[in-house]
Amino acid sequence: MDYTLTLKVNHFALIRFILNDKEISTDLPPGMVMLDLIRYQQHLPGTKIGCREGDCGACTILVGQLINGELNYLSMTSCLMPLANANGKHIVTIEGINFPSSLNPVQEAMAAAGATQCGFCTPGFVMSLAGYCLQKEKSEVLASIDGNICRCTGYKSIERAARKVEELFADAGDEEPAVFAARKKILPEYFSGIRERLAKLEPVAPANNNGKKTIIAGGTDLYVQRPEDLVHESGNKYVFGQQNGSEIKKEGGRCIIWGGATVTDLRNSPLFNSIFPGFLRYSRLISSTAIRNMATLAGNFVNASPIGDMTVYFLALETSITLTDGKSSRELYLKDFYKGYKQLEKREEEWIDHLSFEIPGKDSYFNFEKVSKRTNLDIASVNSAMLLRMEKGSIIKASLSAGGVGPIPTHLGKTSAFLEGKPVNDATIEGAIRIMKTEISPISDTRGSKEYKSLLLQQLIKAHFVEHFPSMVSEDFISTVVA
Amino acid sequence: MRNIDSYTHVRGESVYLDDIPLQAGTLFAAVFDSPIAHGKLISVDKKAAEQMEGVVQIFLAKDIPGINQIGGIVPDEPLLAETHVHFCGMPIAIVVAISEEIARAAVKKMKANIEPLPIITNPREAKEKGELIIPPRTFQLGDVSEAWKDCEFVFEGRADTNGQEHLYIETQGAYAIPLENGSIKIYSSTQGPTAVQRTTARVLGISMNKIEVDTTRLGGGFGGKEDQATTWGVICALASFHLKKPVKYSLHRMEDMRMTGKRHPYSSDFRIGLSKDLKILAYDVTFYQNAGATADLSPAVMERTLFHCTNSYFVPHVKATAYSCRTNLPSNTAFRGFGGPQGMFVIEAAIAEAAGKLGIPSTEIQSRNLIRSGEEFPYGQKADSEANECWITCENQFDLRKTQEEADRFNSTNKLKKKGVAMMPVCFGISFTKTLMNQARSLVHVYTDGTVGISTGAVEMGQGVNTKILQVASRIFSIAPEKIRVHSTNTWRIANTSPTAASAAADLNGKATEMACKEILRRLQAVASQECVATADIGNTEIPPFEIKEEWVYLNGKKTEWSWDKLVMAAYIRRVSLSELAHYTPEVIHFDPSKEKGHPFTYHVYGAALITVTVDCLRGTYEIDSVKAIHDFGSSMNNMVDLGQCEGGIVQGIGWMTSEELLYDKDGKLKSNALSTYKVPDLYAVPREITVVALETKKDNLALFRSKAVGEPPLMYGIGAYFALRNAVKAFNPQIILPYDAPMTPEKLLMALYGKSS
Repeated sequence: MDYTLTLKVNHFALIRFILNDKEISTDLPPGMVMLDLIRYQQHLPGTKIGCREGDCGACTILVGQLINGELNYLSMTSCLMPLANANGKHIVTIEGINFPSSLNPVQEAMAAAGATQCGFCTPGFVMSLAGYCLQKEKSEVLASIDGNICRCTGYKSIERAARKVEELFADAGDEEPAVFAARKKILPEYFSGIRERLAKLEPVAPANNNGKKTIIAGGTDLYVQRPEDLVHESGNKYVFGQQNGSEIKKEGGRCIIWGGATVTDLRNSPLFNSIFPGFLRYSRLISSTAIRNMATLAGNFVNASPIGDMTVYFLALETSITLTDGKSSRELYLKDFYKGYKQLEKREEEWIDHLSFEIPGKDSYFNFEKVSKRTNLDIASVNSAMLLRMEKGSIIKASLSAGGVGPIPTHLGKTSAFLEGKPVNDATIEGAIRIMKTEISPISDTRGSKEYKSLLLQQLIKAHFVEHFPSMVSEDFISTVVA
Repeated sequence: MRNIDSYTHVRGESVYLDDIPLQAGTLFAAVFDSPIAHGKLISVDKKAAEQMEGVVQIFLAKDIPGINQIGGIVPDEPLLAETHVHFCGMPIAIVVAISEEIARAAVKKMKANIEPLPIITNPREAKEKGELIIPPRTFQLGDVSEAWKDCEFVFEGRADTNGQEHLYIETQGAYAIPLENGSIKIYSSTQGPTAVQRTTARVLGISMNKIEVDTTRLGGGFGGKEDQATTWGVICALASFHLKKPVKYSLHRMEDMRMTGKRHPYSSDFRIGLSKDLKILAYDVTFYQNAGATADLSPAVMERTLFHCTNSYFVPHVKATAYSCRTNLPSNTAFRGFGGPQGMFVIEAAIAEAAGKLGIPSTEIQSRNLIRSGEEFPYGQKADSEANECWITCENQFDLRKTQEEADRFNSTNKLKKKGVAMMPVCFGISFTKTLMNQARSLVHVYTDGTVGISTGAVEMGQGVNTKILQVASRIFSIAPEKIRVHSTNTWRIANTSPTAASAAADLNGKATEMACKEILRRLQAVASQECVATADIGNTEIPPFEIKEEWVYLNGKKTEWSWDKLVMAAYIRRVSLSELAHYTPEVIHFDPSKEKGHPFTYHVYGAALITVTVDCLRGTYEIDSVKAIHDFGSSMNNMVDLGQCEGGIVQGIGWMTSEELLYDKDGKLKSNALSTYKVPDLYAVPREITVVALETKKDNLALFRSKAVGEPPLMYGIGAYFALRNAVKAFNPQIILPYDAPMTPEKLLMALYGKSS
């Protein structure tokens, strides 16, 4: 939308960034989304609008940022990205990766594979694949397009194109991806100069971040809930990317994570992955690459969705969060943060500075489960996490959490307590399930009936045990409902 | 050959409705729609909205200068509610403002005083209350009532399929621009430019020749923009007509999902009778179509359900009755398959029910009853069948027996994971079942530089119709594709077009193009002959066999001095027309609705697919392992385009059968109203393997270059996913009572795995 006709105030602090090959300086509202600037201010119509809620990927752009002198690109959905989050960065749209009169190899792969039919989703796919090209540590190539919806092709041709893109990097060495891509004529020449240009980009004060009304990080939920308000509100505080993923650290026996860490930061953290070897698998179930690049832990916690994936994950770890108002801070358990549906133990001026949890030892077992209508890129019907500490065949410490079964992300305290001191066997699990049922109060909604959610959580609890102790539970028990 | 749009598509340079540069002074519309599913509209309060800065004007039904009526088949659909509202999302007022944002904000300030009336959302309830869109229709073959006594086995049951949101990634929209002398140009994201033109003329009370509708391409249609794009075109035109300003409306996703109709949900009752050797002798089926609030295309969709009620099977005694039931939902509409899939699901359910009761695989019944050439469909047309060929090839090439044995072995050794296998044959008739719609025109211009411009009534929406049309011209003229452009679909260039639908656009518009090109070619050959005679290249006056091959004129197989470009210029100098408008209509088709008999289809498309799934019985989740199809392409003129249609159709069909769940509450409000709650397949949800192999056949057919229509038929292979899932569930819980109720969401699946047994 073109907001310029309706803006009452037009003296926002300047936001500076590079858009494709061009430096931009704008006093448009920091809360306006990048998609609208791209399409209706810069008149670059290649970035498409499909849903305006981050669920289709048609508006995918790349965001390049210097981190410790290294140029790092991430794909993001421009429909949920406030302009403030572009400050000092390189924003790349489909127009920014076009050669004057030929296709780049990503585009050629898509066209040659017949991976474009109506074409409306195509720029988003191309951008996501370009994001893959600019990744330092290459993930699985299909993961880069896991947030892009196509209604025409059935994805198979796009998969074939993606495999061709993957082949482009068979001989890529340690060279900076942007430089490699420019040298190999995968992306335009100007990419090789971006690192220097970003470094020289006159540093600007973080736009408008003195406010306190609403604290906006990745924007992935706020911009779904009330996008129009956020454009016009002044006095909001933008905090995205002001520290970075290296802020995931170990202190004593605890893991400490900055609240602004994104899910991608966790995926990229060697420390976090060493603690949770299954994290890449678990987090594949959580939204999409582009959203994981934006969504922060603190945002997920504060959003207080009864079904927040990361909230449920960290609840089982008995995570503590540290709230601060900039002057003083206090610590509380994540499970005590939720007082009722969307009711937080938090004063308006406070934000989550960091969180921490005790790193599970070798005798510990962690598992995360999520079932949704569509396995990937969907909101859970029910999710659950479990952490067990075992000693001599007995559970000595248990912590279970579940989402989608009550008004808040639920720490199943009684169920956890029941498990402690018991061996892993059918009877223990059956008992735990019976207690679990007393701790939940699911409601029927678009994610499933309450009966389904109750049965599903029962199954996910069984799944926790099957994952780690397959020989200690009988298949007969697993395939029977605990009434 | 690649899709001719692929170059601009991958560069983000293809122009869609929202990308058209705006004229200065453009205003923006947004619709205020009914928050109540059924009621008497007492009054509309627009004061607060009108007072907002930037709001230009708000239009109500009374501001319509012509007729407040947009119904295509039945005149039962006002553009704007006048006295009553009939569904949540029914347009009541058009708010026009200087920006999109203000228009939407103003809509939120609109209020309507509506006296609620009882709400019906269930088609069976509507039928009981006599709420029918049109009188019921019945197709009959043989005599069902007499046939039951000859049946060894008779089974009956009920089958339900839910609707399906089109979810074209480009939402609906239009942009109307006033022209001189009271004319209006409408850019519309529509499959039916003529419908937009005709309806706008009716609503504005002006003549059709004053309305130019132009469509370059759609960001997906799937039937959703066949009839239901019209509303937005008319709305923009109406506002533009009054305000003498350009007016644009590109819908927000949630507006689109809330206000537009979907694939029709159906509820059906079946009774099936078989002989001892598993021949289906009798089939009696009653369809309750959930039409939504108005007719829209529902009568035609219902008709196709009847046409396809026996899918690929020959059944000697059939009685099929269909009711189009009026409910208080947005009017349901065309969606790829157009009622056919709903009809096929029921007979597949009937076969599954019979097989289940008899303790045999469905394939035992399916394979014994495939229609053969010369056998009759319930509507009288004799089959020219490939059903058995497709089935047998599929069975052999993909080894059905081994697949089934492997699944059985897997199931006997795995408790918590089960595999399911199903076969899905498809037989789909090609043509508009409304015979008069089977006509098309193509306007071909050859310019003096040798390039070619083509306009037809076909709308490009990703299905590659323009690519195929370009191929036609390239092949007939034997010139490079680069010399040819297919232009936008425009009602001032091509009049009285049928919508791009029924998989028929390439056949109809392609054949018209073929005719136009051939006529121009004939003239060019004559010119070549005259030129050659004039230059004494040849000695006699008979027209020799001039040919054009790769842009050169050949005489008796020998290359001449004449290039295509030179010949074209020579024709122009000789004042020979280099343009041609050709009209095509297939001759063979006819249908008599009073008898419900005829020959409605130019041909049928056949196929068979083998589908394998794996169910995680612990979590109630599933994966589609593979879909392997033998598909009757005839002789494909574009393998890449046709394979893309197959793969895309299969996945869309699987989506309908699995994760895509439309949810309306009892008040008729759509709960699955965004991409976050309505789940179409994503990258990981699709089958791990999709293999589509062409049925090798040399048979002639009436398709364009013998390349059979491919848009709709593959969707129905997806139905097999439902039955494969069902088979996996039964492997886990053999005694389960499992209603035939698609889609098989993870919820339904888990509840079935652990549900009540018989």
